[in-house]
Amino acid sequence: MVTRILKKVYLYLVFLFLYAPIFVLVIYSFNDSKSRGHWGGFTLKWYAALFQDREIAQAVYHTVLIAIISSVVATIIGTAAAIGIQNMKKINKVIILNLSYLPVLNPDIVTGVSLMILFIFMKAFTGVGLGFTTMLLAHITFNIPYVILSVMPKLKQLDKNLYEAALDLGAKPGYALRKVIIPEIMPGIITGFLLAFTLSIDDFVISFFTTGSGVSNLSIYIYSMARRGINPKINALSTIMFVLVLILLIIVNLRLSKDKENSKDLKVNSSLKRRES
Amino acid sequence: MKKLIKLVKKNTIWNVARVITAVLVMTLIIGSFAGCNNQSSDGNTGGKKVLKVYNWGDYIDESVIDDFEEKYGIEVIYDTFATNEDMYVKIKSGGSDYDVAIPSDYMIERMIDEGMLEKINFENVPNFKYIDDRFKNLAYDPTNEYSVPYMWGTLGIIYNKTMVDDPVDSWEILWNEKYAKQIFMLDSSRDSIGITLKKLGYSLNSRNEKELEEAKQELIKQKPLVLSYMGDDVKDAMIAGQAALAVVWSGDAVYMKWENSDLEYVIPKEGSNLWFDSMVILKGSKNKEAAELFINYMCDPEVALKNTKYIGYSTPNTETKKMLDEDILNDPTAYPPDELLEKCEVFESVKDVVKLYDRIWTEVKAS
Repeated sequence: MVTRILKKVYLYLVFLFLYAPIFVLVIYSFNDSKSRGHWGGFTLKWYAALFQDREIAQAVYHTVLIAIISSVVATIIGTAAAIGIQNMKKINKVIILNLSYLPVLNPDIVTGVSLMILFIFMKAFTGVGLGFTTMLLAHITFNIPYVILSVMPKLKQLDKNLYEAALDLGAKPGYALRKVIIPEIMPGIITGFLLAFTLSIDDFVISFFTTGSGVSNLSIYIYSMARRGINPKINALSTIMFVLVLILLIIVNLRLSKDKENSKDLKVNSSLKRRES
Repeated sequence: MKKLIKLVKKNTIWNVARVITAVLVMTLIIGSFAGCNNQSSDGNTGGKKVLKVYNWGDYIDESVIDDFEEKYGIEVIYDTFATNEDMYVKIKSGGSDYDVAIPSDYMIERMIDEGMLEKINFENVPNFKYIDDRFKNLAYDPTNEYSVPYMWGTLGIIYNKTMVDDPVDSWEILWNEKYAKQIFMLDSSRDSIGITLKKLGYSLNSRNEKELEEAKQELIKQKPLVLSYMGDDVKDAMIAGQAALAVVWSGDAVYMKWENSDLEYVIPKEGSNLWFDSMVILKGSKNKEAAELFINYMCDPEVALKNTKYIGYSTPNTETKKMLDEDILNDPTAYPPDELLEKCEVFESVKDVVKLYDRIWTEVKAS
């Protein structure tokens, strides 16, 4: 009995610590006072101000755009790389895999500064100064290893004979890849994509060093408010982002449960049919 | 049967993928709509002049930028930084190409020394005449060729009237044992050593080893009384009444007093630090005339009024001061009396002894 209560208390405590900060943030986004120290009454003015703020709108735009492009590109490159690595000979495989682990273990600051130096050095040849393009390239770069790492286990689980069987049955290599390999490793690809997407939205250090004038993402923008204190508009923005993610999660879960119900129906139907026959 | 389950599993995964794609496409579309209005920073500017401004975060009334764009047909690309050092790194690395920046005094001195700034042609900045003469030719830019003050303020003590019953008019109170563990100090070597030097009656730009050693001893003596060495979070902590006394900048003090009427700000009688954030033009600016136009616009009394009202810091603009409400103007927090201001000093670069400052601060923090 006691252990059961303890278990419950422990669970609730975990959730409390996970969600308390978010709830405080949501509540303070309706705070009339600019201070985080005390409550000045209910207001929606920060939401109104948020939608009029062109700097924030631009920061959100850059953040989302870079997150989408970089995660899509990184997913494509990473998946192709993973399939390639999987089919390598033993020694090469170990070397290449470890080489792609390295950037993950590398501190962000090292990646950021080295990319910045590279981009400034390359400017002489390419004419591309620090800005949107360089930030995007940097994000793709640090996203690729994460995609490889999440696709690799799925490839290891994959039955080697599956691909050969497809070829035996007359599929061309490209067709077999599209219809056999990719669907089998899809969960890994999606995990990698989501990981890349969130990492890109999150990133501050690398973005800070690789961006130029006129292009800042949300994390840079919020960080720059440090001296004057974080404007409550950011609380409002965070609340909106949290709610959007929540809705997205609910939609995905609803669809999943609907699919399950459908599959149940299918099972019932098929068993009925079998009985009839 | 197994096949069927596998098929369903595959389908759900595809469904998840499809939902995600749909959401992404939607955000992309919405994003590009939002972007149409706002984003024109890279590339397509249609022959319009472009001006790149680098300022502190949340340090301008943003309508001023829109008005400037509309009035002169110049597009402003506006970015923000959090500390002088961040800004310095960004500009020094050579990756950015800003025209105008707004650093603080000591950083301007350093940037002038390193040849990072362009001389301003004051013929193009007629509104410079509105700037208070006291704030021209200061130590960081002695001949005033490089900078135009944007905001200014002082360093002082904020205290909670309900918790402090002694008169607060001297730095001494931060060493009063009565307020042990009720004092917030700034986590910044120059500021903390500076006020200690002031308390001892020295200049806060002292480069004298003996004076600095004395200041170190004082700070070590004070350390047991200090609740915490704070940064930006000191504002919320004081508003919430977590301590009786704190060292803060005047601009923040205005805001803190506004949020909690028990708080009062004092510039100690020994004098204090006078700081400036000033507009400068960076070397290599491709559009120097537009930059001068912008600086001139920012010195326009009406525009300066908008900014000082939004930010809450003190304006160096004499005409703007005349337009301010009485209660702001008579508030000694924002506009202290002249005799006190005369005792305040601007930070100068300590050049050769900068390592000594660092060492003292490390020793104090480690003691």
